[in-house]
Amino acid sequence: MYTVFENRQGTAVPESLPNPLLPVPYRVLQNKRNTHDVFTLDVEPVNGGNFPHFLPGQFNMLYFFGKGDAAISISGDPTTEQPFRHTIRRAGVVTQALEKLKPGGVLGIRGPFGVPWPVKEAEGQDVLLVAGGIGLAPLRPAMYTLLANRDNYRKISLFHGARTPEDLLYVTELEQWRSRLDLQVWVSVDAATRNWMGDVGVVTKLIAKASFDPLNVVALICGPEIMMRFTIQELEKIQIKSDKIFLSMERNMKCAVGFCGHCQYGPHFLCKEGPVFRYDQVQSLLGKREV
Amino acid sequence: MEKNETRPCTLSAEKEIVAVARKDFPALFDSLWANGFRILGPTLGEGAIVYDELHGVDDLPSGWTDEQDGATYRLKKRSDEALFGYNVGPHAWKKFLFPPKLRLWRAEASNNGLNIIEEKQTEQKFALIGVKACELKAILIQDQVFLGGEYADPIYQNRRKDALLIAVNCTQAGKTCFCVSMNAGPRVESGFDLCLTEVLAEDAHYFIVEIGSEQGAGIMANVPHSNQTQGAEKAIQAIATNTAQQMGRVMDTENIQALLQDNFEHSRWDDVASRCLTCANCTMACPTCFCSTVEDVTDITGDHAERWRQWDSCFTMDFTYMNHGHARASAKSRYRQWMTHKLSTWFDQFGTSGCVGCGRCITWCPVAIDITEEVSAIRANQTGGKPASSSL
Repeated sequence: MYTVFENRQGTAVPESLPNPLLPVPYRVLQNKRNTHDVFTLDVEPVNGGNFPHFLPGQFNMLYFFGKGDAAISISGDPTTEQPFRHTIRRAGVVTQALEKLKPGGVLGIRGPFGVPWPVKEAEGQDVLLVAGGIGLAPLRPAMYTLLANRDNYRKISLFHGARTPEDLLYVTELEQWRSRLDLQVWVSVDAATRNWMGDVGVVTKLIAKASFDPLNVVALICGPEIMMRFTIQELEKIQIKSDKIFLSMERNMKCAVGFCGHCQYGPHFLCKEGPVFRYDQVQSLLGKREV
Repeated sequence: MEKNETRPCTLSAEKEIVAVARKDFPALFDSLWANGFRILGPTLGEGAIVYDELHGVDDLPSGWTDEQDGATYRLKKRSDEALFGYNVGPHAWKKFLFPPKLRLWRAEASNNGLNIIEEKQTEQKFALIGVKACELKAILIQDQVFLGGEYADPIYQNRRKDALLIAVNCTQAGKTCFCVSMNAGPRVESGFDLCLTEVLAEDAHYFIVEIGSEQGAGIMANVPHSNQTQGAEKAIQAIATNTAQQMGRVMDTENIQALLQDNFEHSRWDDVASRCLTCANCTMACPTCFCSTVEDVTDITGDHAERWRQWDSCFTMDFTYMNHGHARASAKSRYRQWMTHKLSTWFDQFGTSGCVGCGRCITWCPVAIDITEEVSAIRANQTGGKPASSSL
């Protein structure tokens, strides 16, 4: 049974390991390629234990044997029983190694950690999901949750921007969602060839095209920091209040439980107070350089 | 005060004061050993007074003191045989409670995939002897960091739960001391098992011992002592007052949380960055700095891997590395992060300042950057700060 979190400001990690520094072995069920540098790992516990319950927007620390950890958002469906799913962009040594994992391969996982998207608070309102690039991965569990409880929400709009059509994530799902009559799905790319029939340009420019009630909407944003700042600028132009805007931040993370100090952002520890923040929590920091 | 009169102590949970003659002081060590404690405390080493395992009272820096100032530390002989007549040195007690480097776990590749083997915590329980007031405050601050949240750090917890804290009241202050400004000393108030005040009178050398816990009382039961301690409280207070008047530095902490956050673009940050070497000495010496990183290693067979944790510093470039760059690339931003965290955002995180006024960061900074001076400079010229950039 799917339950939502009860207190987003408080302690939001629902289930944790006895020693949060100790990874648990997981086995790869499937390693599916999404784009040239993005892949999705489905995993299950090696020792046959239960899948930890997770909330949309939470992340895990994925350990590759001898290489290290990478903080990866959980991108699967929190409303159904299914393998732990992580969509990962190849970037550093750990993700390069994870990319080569085959079914049956093993990795370690710590988590889930972090404050989730406010999907419960958004009930009864319009919802905007704005995703830049790999930022769609942490938003997908929120999308699944909204769709599983579709009647509890009003207009739902998804905006996804990518560099090129080849970089679009979850294309099959995007097409399915776009065919629904109870969803608005907008897709834009920075650059395209002539067979691209969609929008070209930054994803923030699409927001003006969508139909929603600015006085009764919750916006969930995930992408590069600059993209999130421009998105917020667009939302502020139409008078969306700062306590209705949520964004998922990224910083270097080592321990994921507030001990190592790496993910500090002003007064915040991203790992335990984020990664999802209400905009007014970080508003004074976002425009500053090198916080 | 009468000395050398010994009688069995009646033990109670209430704070009790006894006196121990210098000649009976070794019995304290014997009692600690008999109770299964390793004794960790001040000793001469590396040209300084450092913290290490003590194998007897003779290991204490008897008759030694130090002279400190910005980027300056010198050992000096005292005219007496005081055991605790020095200011805090380069080491902090965190080296025992939060070890600089340790293995967190091992991993073995197996047919089934992966075995993670938790590192057994088998540290013998220890007594920390010679914990100054500022240092005790620092330990209580690190308790907040490692034990105060939703998760407890298992390594710190294991070491801390059995640690016996034997505090010592400072009888002098150094030129880089400012615990009074930070409300962290010089008198030890609470949080100790035993608190010693070393008294050197004309021909007397003894310790006033405040008993702060049942466990402390248990240790004292086997140490010859006198219960006749009339005037001891007054004597401790007099020493504390005298020490407080010797503070070499002062920090005005009024409204300091807002002061630093509101002056994010103050020109002083550029100024300090032009001097700062980003060497991280201040963070290593600081008794409250808690940042760490992990290193993953494998052996040559590729079947065995280990994860090690070691102290890290917000002054290193790699600290904020992400695949698209460093969040704090400039020295300016890293010094600003350290000082703002220590004096301002620490309150947001843990409800207390991260600074206890011990002065280590001033003494051990190779270019004598002085945190109290930096605060004064920002405070003196608050309008000189450029407005925060809001360009998108």
